[in-house]
Amino acid sequence: MSAPPAPLLEVVDLVRYFPVRNAFGRRTGWIRAVDGVSLAVWPGETLGLVGESGCGKSTLGKTVMGIHTPTAGDIRFAGREIGRLPKRERRAIARDLQYVYQDPGASLDPRWKVLHSLHEPLKIHTRLTRAEREEQVRAILAAVGLPGAHLDLYPHELSGGQQRRVGLARILTLRPRMVILDEPTSGLDVSVQASVLKLFRSLQEAFALTYVFISHDLAVVRAMCARIAVMYLGRIVEMGATAAVFEQPRHPYTRSLLAAVPRIGGRRVTLDFALEGEPPNPRDVPSGCRFRTRCPIVQDVCAVEEPPLREGDDRRVACHFA
Amino acid sequence: MTELLSVRRLSVDFVTDGGVAQVLDGISLDVGPGEVVGLVGESGCGKTTLARAILGILPTGAARIRGGEVRFKGADLLREDPTVVNDRVRGRAITFIPQDPSTSFSPVFPVETQIMDLMKWKSPRAESGGGRRPALSRYPRERHRADRDAVLETLRAVQIPEPTRALRRLPHEFSGGQRQRLMIAMALLPRPDLIIADEPTTALDVTIQAQILRLLRELVKDRGVSVLFTTHDLGTAHEICDRVVVMYAGQEMEAAPADAFFARPAHPYTRRLLASVLTGTGEIRDIPGDVPSLVTPPSGCRFHPRCDYATSECRGGRPAPRALARDHEVRCHHPVDAPAGVDP
Repeated sequence: MSAPPAPLLEVVDLVRYFPVRNAFGRRTGWIRAVDGVSLAVWPGETLGLVGESGCGKSTLGKTVMGIHTPTAGDIRFAGREIGRLPKRERRAIARDLQYVYQDPGASLDPRWKVLHSLHEPLKIHTRLTRAEREEQVRAILAAVGLPGAHLDLYPHELSGGQQRRVGLARILTLRPRMVILDEPTSGLDVSVQASVLKLFRSLQEAFALTYVFISHDLAVVRAMCARIAVMYLGRIVEMGATAAVFEQPRHPYTRSLLAAVPRIGGRRVTLDFALEGEPPNPRDVPSGCRFRTRCPIVQDVCAVEEPPLREGDDRRVACHFA
Repeated sequence: MTELLSVRRLSVDFVTDGGVAQVLDGISLDVGPGEVVGLVGESGCGKTTLARAILGILPTGAARIRGGEVRFKGADLLREDPTVVNDRVRGRAITFIPQDPSTSFSPVFPVETQIMDLMKWKSPRAESGGGRRPALSRYPRERHRADRDAVLETLRAVQIPEPTRALRRLPHEFSGGQRQRLMIAMALLPRPDLIIADEPTTALDVTIQAQILRLLRELVKDRGVSVLFTTHDLGTAHEICDRVVVMYAGQEMEAAPADAFFARPAHPYTRRLLASVLTGTGEIRDIPGDVPSLVTPPSGCRFHPRCDYATSECRGGRPAPRALARDHEVRCHHPVDAPAGVDP
């Protein structure tokens, strides 16, 4: 007998607002960065979180990581509610749940040798002896594709790509179960991006990692993730298997987003691209459906009623007309 | 074909702490009248340096022009009288759209002040008086009025809502996409022959990028303006360019009409670069090796250490341009003759 596998991470109706204050420190409104998001991530998978700037994807990642406290809602990691743990207990979770910023190399201490940087997390989170730590550090360094001799170098003696690898090694020495990757390839050239993505894939295999992959780049998400969630103004508008969503997007926002990506070969996509305007300010969320101000198929009902994220046959979509 | 801009064997060095970096190594490139040319390459390949060299705004301390010419409408801008270049060419016949519009505006003045400042000197109605102009010279009222009308009309053309009110606002009150529209308006206002756009959509979201690319292409085609469009994104180049030039480590590798470029790329680097673009198949292909140091660049073709087809010939000398088809030139000893994505 086998029980259905439990999700490693489960987020239920998560809300994170930020206060807007005037010059006198008085609150004049809320930025509704994440506004009622539910999702689940199963062990070993990669969930993509896509959307344009300001849609709340990074806030969602940071709230899960504990960098922001949730305004409302639950975060369950490995079956345990972690959203409101006291600091000391929350810190213990960091062993299993790690966060990768855009450039993990930039978070290395310039005055520390690579060796020192890689030992630090183990000193804080484990009771390994010096010899055991050394063994683990060497293993991780090999896994990210760096020679052992690099342990005695300072960050400035490494290239940007090597620094990035050290930053990743530092995160992986703790053998986390889940890693949240926040825009890990933005600002990279295509060829460098390709090698970084390859590294993420091989590390996932080697360490049985579960990824949440936050990105604005649809091509990257398509290459890396089996499932994606598309966010718009603090909400998930469509979620499902990546291949299905890319082949047949159902939410009008997903459709516009996919239609806007420049494709090589064939007709220019900008010739047919129809989406006008820009996303509204998250301080002033439109009534009803949040996308209605830019939606090409908007109807009267959209201004009145916010469409729920409805369960379909192969995915969930939040649109009255999907 | 008479070219509007024609860069010939331009070499630029930068003096750095680590030695002299040969950032541009004998680069040649043409832009015809009314043509949108994409200058594609990875970071550090010298695209921005080339753009700045054409505009004559290289950093004076560090950069040295080792040789070559920048011919614009027949005159070599590198040897032309600097006051003439300043007066008639820079900001007038050649204008510029920067990558990051937020740092290109002063945060403390309304947009109107900043645009009218530009128009005072660079409006097509301003007479190009020779030599230095007094800093406090008047802005004739008649011309101010005519210029302001032109500004409003252009803001409408770039689809800024309520242009009169928009002019009174400060730059931070606009979104990134709107600021880039303002930058495009400012680049069009002097009625230039050539716009140099340096990664103008890199900082924008895809849906906004699509709007801006379409707008820019429509406007320049309407007005017959040429554009030199630098980008690291091949998809963006495909959207907007008539012709594409690929650079690697300060050398141009291949130049071809956009159709031929994407369908039958001939240079091994171009082919590798196109292959590293992610497609729906889930396959990820990178280019093995690292970008070379520009202080100690490889001899001959600078791509040879990473090239699958490299021979001793490639190490020896830089290949001469070889014409494959009309307008399709490649600088490679072993060009590949196969459609994109097919390995011979």
